[in-house]
Amino acid sequence: MFRVTRESIELQELVRFVTDSEAGAIATFIGTTRNNNEGRKVIALDYEGYPEMAEKELARIGQQASQRWQICRMAIIHRLGPVQITQASVIIAVSSAHRDAAFAACRFAIEEIKKTVPIWKKEVFEGGEVWIGTQTGEPF
Amino acid sequence: MKVKAKLFAILRERAGTAEITKELQDGSTVSDLWHALQNDYPKLNVSGIRLLYAVNQNYVSPDEKLNNNDEVAFIPPVSGG
Repeated sequence: MFRVTRESIELQELVRFVTDSEAGAIATFIGTTRNNNEGRKVIALDYEGYPEMAEKELARIGQQASQRWQICRMAIIHRLGPVQITQASVIIAVSSAHRDAAFAACRFAIEEIKKTVPIWKKEVFEGGEVWIGTQTGEPF
Repeated sequence: MKVKAKLFAILRERAGTAEITKELQDGSTVSDLWHALQNDYPKLNVSGIRLLYAVNQNYVSPDEKLNNNDEVAFIPPVSGG
């Protein structure tokens, strides 16, 4: 299961999806909105995506992970739109026979998401907003 | 030929639109389209920005030749997660 959504993400949904009778481990990662960044007081993060391509890229990450590690099942859901402080923007769940593969694939997935998946976050902070990853030094 | 350009995040805000349909000469590349768009929307010149390009939702090089009805995405540095 590899998708983007504009609704809040439930960890339990992903855990259920990767639950497998051959698995001895399920590793999960939850990315959450933090209340501060580089000295700014963050109010929320607002995610924009290219949904069709983002889902393709998430699926590609899943394929690459299953080529590298012996995993049973994998699920990634990334949220789009505003995500308030403490809420989840992305959840990854991986099941595998032994824990090493699940931990490694989970870590791999979040690092790849940050590199290749067409999703952008705008940080809304006290006094302004800024696109993260696009620091050009120019005023908007 | 006609292609559909898609703009996101800072580029969408700079252009004031998320989608632009553009008429191009046959044999045009992704890079040709980008230069044409920058001509039409000078604010798309964001200094120092490193873009990635996708045609029909697959990453390609800027030299990729375009076909009629292609969907071409200009992808500023991603920041998901």
